[in-house]
Amino acid sequence: MAEVVHVEVGHGEHHDDHHELSFWSKYIFSTDHKIIGFQYLFTGMAMALIGGYFAYVFRMQLAFPGSSIPFWGTLSPAAYNSLVTNHGTIMIFWVAMPVLIAAMGNFLIPLMIGCDDMVFPRINRLSYQIFLLSAIVLLASFFVPGGAFGGAWTSYAPLSAKAQYNSTPFGAPLWLIAVTLEIVAFLLGGINFITTTMNARAKGMKMFDIPMIVWMIVIASILFMCSVGPLVAGAVMLLFDQTLGTAFFDANAGGDPVLWQHLFWFFGHPEVYVVLLPAMGIVAEVTCTFARKKLFSYKLILYSSIGLGILSFFVWAHHQFISGVDPRATYLFTTTTLLISIPVAIMLFAFVATLYGGSIRFTTAMLFALAFTGEFLLGGVTGIWLGSSGTDIYLHDTYFVLAHFHYTFVPIAIIATFAAIYYWFPKMFGRKMNESWGKIHFWGTIIGFNGIFIPLFILGAGGQHRRIYNFQNYPDLAGADMQDMRVFATMSLIVMLVSQIPFLINFIVSIKRGEKAGRNPWKANTLEWVAPSPPPHGNFGPVLPEVYRGPYEFSVDGREKDYWPQNEKP
Amino acid sequence: MPGILESLLPRASSFAVEIDVLFDIITILVGFWFFLVLGYFFYLIFRYRQRDGHKAEYISGETHKQKQAIEIPHYLILVCDVAIIIPTFLVWFNIKIDVPPPDEEVRIVAQQWAWTFYHAGEDKVLGTEDDIVSVNELHVKNNTQYSYHLESKDVMHSFSVPVFRLKQDAIPGRVISGHFKPILEGEWDIQCAEMCGVAHGIMGARIFIKSEAEHNAWLAANTPDSTGAGTLASANQNPSQEKKDQNNG
Repeated sequence: MAEVVHVEVGHGEHHDDHHELSFWSKYIFSTDHKIIGFQYLFTGMAMALIGGYFAYVFRMQLAFPGSSIPFWGTLSPAAYNSLVTNHGTIMIFWVAMPVLIAAMGNFLIPLMIGCDDMVFPRINRLSYQIFLLSAIVLLASFFVPGGAFGGAWTSYAPLSAKAQYNSTPFGAPLWLIAVTLEIVAFLLGGINFITTTMNARAKGMKMFDIPMIVWMIVIASILFMCSVGPLVAGAVMLLFDQTLGTAFFDANAGGDPVLWQHLFWFFGHPEVYVVLLPAMGIVAEVTCTFARKKLFSYKLILYSSIGLGILSFFVWAHHQFISGVDPRATYLFTTTTLLISIPVAIMLFAFVATLYGGSIRFTTAMLFALAFTGEFLLGGVTGIWLGSSGTDIYLHDTYFVLAHFHYTFVPIAIIATFAAIYYWFPKMFGRKMNESWGKIHFWGTIIGFNGIFIPLFILGAGGQHRRIYNFQNYPDLAGADMQDMRVFATMSLIVMLVSQIPFLINFIVSIKRGEKAGRNPWKANTLEWVAPSPPPHGNFGPVLPEVYRGPYEFSVDGREKDYWPQNEKP
Repeated sequence: MPGILESLLPRASSFAVEIDVLFDIITILVGFWFFLVLGYFFYLIFRYRQRDGHKAEYISGETHKQKQAIEIPHYLILVCDVAIIIPTFLVWFNIKIDVPPPDEEVRIVAQQWAWTFYHAGEDKVLGTEDDIVSVNELHVKNNTQYSYHLESKDVMHSFSVPVFRLKQDAIPGRVISGHFKPILEGEWDIQCAEMCGVAHGIMGARIFIKSEAEHNAWLAANTPDSTGAGTLASANQNPSQEKKDQNNG
């Protein structure tokens, strides 16, 4: 392994800033990686509330079609489509991405690799500002004439390309501009994550001493950069079709509508792994700390994640089995899609194996990490029915698909995020969150989540398609049994949403009144726990930590303490 | 014993049974792994919970023997993957590539937000004057091999007949052909499975599967005269049909 050269970054140019800063320079226009991490986190949480509210409205419509919905009113078909579309868009691009990659990456990477800031702090600030702008553009689309775009989060052309088809002359371009801006923001952020990790590690931190979550964010950023090019190109082409009258995706003028699908899914499927990998990283950190165990086969997990990333570029067309691509192509895409089960299984098995021989503490963070493993297992295996082209003929675009990807995305974007928040909250704010309220939050979230999506597997297998505004129009689907399941799923959603109230109260109250945490309340090994809680500007003070060992040296034989911080001298 | 899907929805096409059986094969293989891993996971959580005087073990997972705990299951998963891929290929080939010669043809045109069906009349040839045109009603004869030709006038739609286990996107500018053979008389839903605009959610139609005698009676009652709907059907022929793309179904 090459010798690690420590580069002091970012911090140098802030020396002048160490005097008392105004509120605006400290919290709004800060270049401090932790503040930018908070900005992403809070924006992501706010957008999650909006996305959750949308889900509440359209699920109420499905449970009680035609009724007036409390806190909304009567839902029109056009508004239903807009809410479905923007729920998906928001949850993936404005919740999962900012929270898992940007918030975690920004807050954790410099702290965990033992440096004082990102390599490019001003680019980092710009990244958040562009992201915020993208969120404003998206939300603004609800208030323009014609309303927000309602052509599904996949935005298939030519529906998305012509206002005459989608009836949202301003909403559709604004949706596209917002997504494109958001992508630009994450490209800038990703550059920082990769460069910082490669160049600014603490003295002594070799490649295999890097904590798993940092690796995962770096690999996810590389994956994102490699996959996003086609989507940006496609987005520009689609914007031209919408606004300049070009015909890239218009069959009547020589374009090809299926081209958009290829460009979209070439990005869209790796995107799943872009958000999955940081979530896996979170689970690795939390599981090791609370099982008091070394991560089972660090290198195998790392290599699997790289293999997963590479393989993810060869699976996109499994979204297009029935979209008119050459049917012979499905042989390749079925095979690659099913093979991707192997690296994912290796990673999940490693988390399960990490529990073996452990001493498990059931903190709220650990409960969420364990729940991730169990729930994601179901999400992963249900992908097999859809990766198999034979069964996909029937299941494609049914509620089975919807249940499957929520069993992957909810563990990723919601459950793993909660594990991260409960785990790193003491570092973020110097205080712990209340564990009793945390457990109420945990059980409400998990019970509600499973109550929503298990019925949807059955509805999907029963032939019910997604994005249908009113099932009473379909005699085969209007039966009482199916309607009961829809009502049950909607009630479960309300349980899940209401369960977030104790979390929000706990979060806000604990910032000021939580139990004081100290530097290392969980007795963990990684470098962020060496810094004060909360870490000051510059993180570690004048002397940066040095690293002597890997991040997961728990319960080492012959040591009195069951943890061995990375910076503790041998 | 009925398959899982059949217990939720009847099978009404000749190839539905293949998809149902494949679904069951996957369910058995995946279910085995899911419950095995989940069971072991809960066992570990219970067995290794924190107790007084109990210290965790130092296991790196890097030794050859330890790594086998993951390597052996993943070889077994690979075997299961192959056990799924082979029947998947067979089902896909039978349904989508090996297209049987048709007895009857039907032309399906999707548009925002309705389905137009062109039934070949008694001459069994599409595009002639005895074509019967109907909106949101597809009439087919039981136990008859059909070839369908799917088009879209505007945006993406998806022709889905859940009881047939059939789904195919309709793409503007293309004519996509496929096949089905009804095997169960009755009346069922057709859904649009691709988001197609404001009224996508109510773009439903019905398929009527009748016996030969009943179907012939329907044909006789609805066959247009020389000034009727048949003329309309001919006038509406989509020029893109000439670019017929036969390889999809």
